[in-house]
Amino acid sequence: MTPIVEMKNIYKRFGGIHAVEDMSLDLFPGKVVGLVGHNGAGKSTFIKMLSGAYTLDSGQIRVDGKDVHIGNPIVAKELGIETIYQTLALADNLDTSANIFFGREIKTAWGALDEPAMEHAAIEVMKRLNPQFVKFHDPVSNLSGGQRQSVAIARALQFNARIIIMDEPTAALGPHETQMVTDLIRALKREGIAIVMISHDLHDVFDLSDRISVMKNGRHVWTGPVEDTNKDEVLQMVILGKLPDGSYAPGIITSEDA
Amino acid sequence: MAQIADARTAGVGERIRTLANSFQLDTRLLAMIGAVAVIWLFFDISSGGIFLSPRNLWNLSVQASVTALLATAMVLIIVSRNIDLSVGSLLAFLGIFGGYVQTEVLPLEGTHTWWISIVVMIGAGAVAGAVHGWLIARFAIPAFVVTLGGLMFWRGAGWLFTQGRTVTPLDTTYSFFGGGSIGETLSWIVGAVGFVLLLAITFWKRRRRKSLDFQVKPMAMEIAILVAVGGLIAAFVWTMNSYNFPRSDAGRGIPVPVLILIVVSCFMIYITNMTSFGRYIYGYGGNPEAAELAGVNTRLVVILSFALIGGLTAIGAVISTARLDAAPLSIGQLLELQVIAAAVIGGTSLSGGVGTILGALIGAVLMMSLQNGMVLLGVQSAPQQMIMACVLIFAVWFDVIYQRRRK
Repeated sequence: MTPIVEMKNIYKRFGGIHAVEDMSLDLFPGKVVGLVGHNGAGKSTFIKMLSGAYTLDSGQIRVDGKDVHIGNPIVAKELGIETIYQTLALADNLDTSANIFFGREIKTAWGALDEPAMEHAAIEVMKRLNPQFVKFHDPVSNLSGGQRQSVAIARALQFNARIIIMDEPTAALGPHETQMVTDLIRALKREGIAIVMISHDLHDVFDLSDRISVMKNGRHVWTGPVEDTNKDEVLQMVILGKLPDGSYAPGIITSEDA
Repeated sequence: MAQIADARTAGVGERIRTLANSFQLDTRLLAMIGAVAVIWLFFDISSGGIFLSPRNLWNLSVQASVTALLATAMVLIIVSRNIDLSVGSLLAFLGIFGGYVQTEVLPLEGTHTWWISIVVMIGAGAVAGAVHGWLIARFAIPAFVVTLGGLMFWRGAGWLFTQGRTVTPLDTTYSFFGGGSIGETLSWIVGAVGFVLLLAITFWKRRRRKSLDFQVKPMAMEIAILVAVGGLIAAFVWTMNSYNFPRSDAGRGIPVPVLILIVVSCFMIYITNMTSFGRYIYGYGGNPEAAELAGVNTRLVVILSFALIGGLTAIGAVISTARLDAAPLSIGQLLELQVIAAAVIGGTSLSGGVGTILGALIGAVLMMSLQNGMVLLGVQSAPQQMIMACVLIFAVWFDVIYQRRRK
């Protein structure tokens, strides 16, 4: 299978701090990659270069085998890359359809907003995710955590996302809503969407991912199929940067060095 | 079961709200209209019928026009988490600048003098506003600081321009924009056109929603609203027509400043509800980060919103100076606070994201009604200010309670 996204040797620094050094990752359609690591391991920074929130210092991103330059979120969206942020990035005072179409409104022939068309499309896309949802006229601040998550995902689906980045999708949710998000992710996989999931919750990662990629101190530690490893090994990699064979990943500073 | 229990324990307010929600009415707006009605009745009774006379209402509408005009733009500024303290000073500067253009640059009483000077003023206002917006958006200087600077800068600039002289007299045609009115026939025509537009929009929306299988308001409800609004339009035109020119039977009709206000308000309501710019203003106010991540050019949105209020400030300057037939340095003092107060009384939240044009208009009418009524009752200006202050604080307190209850 050919990857839909190839990120190769990505570097990013803020001032003197190397947030990401020489990190690479491939994404495949219909597959989930769980990206794990400590706080400050560089996961979010790395992924923000794919979503267009940051520009990379050096390295290469290919989509469908073609080199791309993702300078801002709009370019990413045009490539079919949608991001669902941990904060969900919803405008709380606006309703569901306004949020789904925020930044990409449907307009009438004379350039005015076409509210009924947007509402109609919003109802259609929400049906795919959450058939019981009815609060279309409430500001999203009135919705539950799971409902808000489905609004954020609907925003990606509405625009035919091929690659979805999820930042801690289950972090602030109860068990029932976590189950809902799990179902959502399975539904997205069936639609052939490539997913990167950043998560702290190893249980979720093992449950949902096809492959796991570990980062530490901004560097790549290990990437492989979920069957090839287990939670203990992943924990060792996250905490110590220690590979399953007992060696250390290149560039990882360990306590033994210090 | 749970639902039944909920319905039983729900208070009266809750039930009224549920009812209003099912008819898609805005309870807050209705409450404000109620407050204005109460204030009007109170002043009318205590002034012995003077307050609600056509003459006083005509004057009240002219007095309220500049504040209301600027409040419509201030809503957008405050909704997008900014503030504009410079409008009063900028208005004075633009008035002087326009007077200078009319008297020194263009031929006095020339055929085109009036409109050229108005266009120049609006352009200058928009540029000044855009500069404020640029400083705020580009350099992340708080809007409070930039426009506080504007407050000092523009009155100073006005002083420098004329060395403190008042520019007068102004162009005759230009003066029409301050104190003129359009006569009885035209007023009825304006009212009729407004009603037909409303009719067309209502039924166009209804048909569109029906074609997509959406819930629509009950027909009777729709007609009731149309009749009520149509009645208000007719009452307004009739009142304006009932104030005659001195020693004549001819009614004055809608004053030009009010006509300008109506046109601008329609434009602003269109902008906020029907354009992506309006959507971005509200979205940015609700969550600036979300707007950024959605790929909205937030800097441009902020700059445009300040250019907009700058342009409207110029229109306010036209009305104010035309009404006086002079451009003194002293106009527009404390106007910024009046405008902000009108927007806030009208339900605009200073924490951003919430506010409506219609609310701000009613807020302006409410404030000016209080001021006008107190003058009629012979209240001194010192207690007047104190009472206005209490009303402002009360309005915000009411809003805090209202927002909390809604959750």
